[in-house]
Amino acid sequence: MEILLQQIINGLVQGSVYALVALGYTMVYGILGLINFAHGEVVMIGAMLALSALTALLGLGAPPALALPLSLVLAMAGCMALGYGIERIAYRPLRHAPRLAPLITAIGLSIVLQNLAMMIWGREYHSFPQLIANTPHNFGGAIINDIQIIIFVMALAIMAGLMVVVHRTRLGRAMRAVAENQHAAQLMGVDINRVISLTFILGSALAAVAGLMVSANYGLAHYYMGFLLGLKAFTAAVLGGIGNLRGAMLGGLLLGLIESLGAGYIGDLTGGFMGSNYQDVFAFFVLIAVLVFRPSGLLGERIAERA
Amino acid sequence: MNHTTPLLQLSSICKQFGGLSALSDVSLHIRRGEIYGLIGPNGAGKTTLFNVITGLYQPGAGEFQFNGARYQACKPHVLAKAGIARTFQNIRLFANLTALENVMIGRHLRTRAGVFGALLRNRATRDEERAITGRARELLRYVGIEKPAQTLAKHLSYGEQRRLEIARALATDPLLLALDEPAAGMNATETASLKTLLQTIRASGITVLLIEHDVKLIMGLCDRVAVLDYGKKIAEGVPEQVRKDPAVIAAYLGQETPRPQAGEGQG
Repeated sequence: MEILLQQIINGLVQGSVYALVALGYTMVYGILGLINFAHGEVVMIGAMLALSALTALLGLGAPPALALPLSLVLAMAGCMALGYGIERIAYRPLRHAPRLAPLITAIGLSIVLQNLAMMIWGREYHSFPQLIANTPHNFGGAIINDIQIIIFVMALAIMAGLMVVVHRTRLGRAMRAVAENQHAAQLMGVDINRVISLTFILGSALAAVAGLMVSANYGLAHYYMGFLLGLKAFTAAVLGGIGNLRGAMLGGLLLGLIESLGAGYIGDLTGGFMGSNYQDVFAFFVLIAVLVFRPSGLLGERIAERA
Repeated sequence: MNHTTPLLQLSSICKQFGGLSALSDVSLHIRRGEIYGLIGPNGAGKTTLFNVITGLYQPGAGEFQFNGARYQACKPHVLAKAGIARTFQNIRLFANLTALENVMIGRHLRTRAGVFGALLRNRATRDEERAITGRARELLRYVGIEKPAQTLAKHLSYGEQRRLEIARALATDPLLLALDEPAAGMNATETASLKTLLQTIRASGITVLLIEHDVKLIMGLCDRVAVLDYGKKIAEGVPEQVRKDPAVIAAYLGQETPRPQAGEGQG
């Protein structure tokens, strides 16, 4: 029973990070019909930037309570600029190209960013300084620590904030209008290039937050960390129904739970034949199953709409 | 602003698609405050001309003046800002937004709140948001569909969708409202009430450009009418005069005057 609760807690924490990253995929897909495979690398660069800023700030003698939020802001600013640049340089010139072209560009861009990060930050694992006292709390027999609580609460708050922006503000309305019909939105005076840029900027800011969360949670950052994380978040977005914001959130949390519960119980289920090192397999098993049985995802409806 | 100059002036507009000349040498002007009709057989180039006027197509040649300023190769949102709003022949609403939100999008242009306002939800943003909602409700009432304000656009009836499109276009505070076959698919009652609505809109000072197949509606509503055929303007004037024009009769009934060699009659 404690194990079950423990796995659920771990799954929800990890899932909330997936959800933040999945939102970036799904927002861009909703507006451009493009899968931005470089998004995982934006998460990685967010983590690296936060780490560098943190190291520098602590070196200057800043108190951790100041250094941590400040480095988060710096990482967000850096990623927002990066997100804007990615769209402007790599995707906008291909806006009217066949769909395969931007997809391949996205994969290429992902490799470029990875190598760039490797040149800047090196190949080694960077350990993330432990700034938040990692006091374990006993929660019905399961253990949850402060970092996990902060990650989960912060992720939920950010998602709620995003929903308010998308559904209650002028910018959000413009985003939804562009997603539905670019021509008509333009005729209503919506500058679609601006809306698309802002979508990338918003998604990249979420990615930076997620990057910092992951590296704080595992205490590690690495130039290759964005690849698997990006793929899993993409899986989460597909699971929820790509293009659908609520779907991305639901998909992220579900995927986190599936992974965590799968890893926790696979040993018992297979009589010890497979262990928790098979954790990553679950995400892709889910991806294949969704694509085969319900390609529009749990909450997706885009395909039906277009019919 | 000089109010005697025409609101819209097109001089020698040409538009080609590959080898097909969709518009050749079309010149016309629309005066402030009038209802101007554009008619012609299928494939005459009406919608092409419409798309040029609203910036969806760039004219191949010719000059385009609106409200005293010259425009060249303009993005639709720039022309929308200048004061041209339109509706579509095949309705193009934001299907998954509510009726109210559809109209609120139309206010986008005339409002300013940026990203930071949106994130911080400061007072100015909230006031603006309230003003947008208020104006949008007003417009829904104006076109007579205030009841289904919270209904998704795709769930509205056909006539309501047409009205919603007009409300959305009006939300941009246009000087010129361009309507592409607004009466298409409407029954006689709906057409009659559309006619009343358009007269009310004109009375409020907005110039109206109307493309229509329903010749009776055009003749009963418009101050002046232009007739297009095979991408050329073949007649222009008050409805009475245009109705009797032999070239127009020939274009509609396909008689007497020889047509240019252009393949099948359907165009």
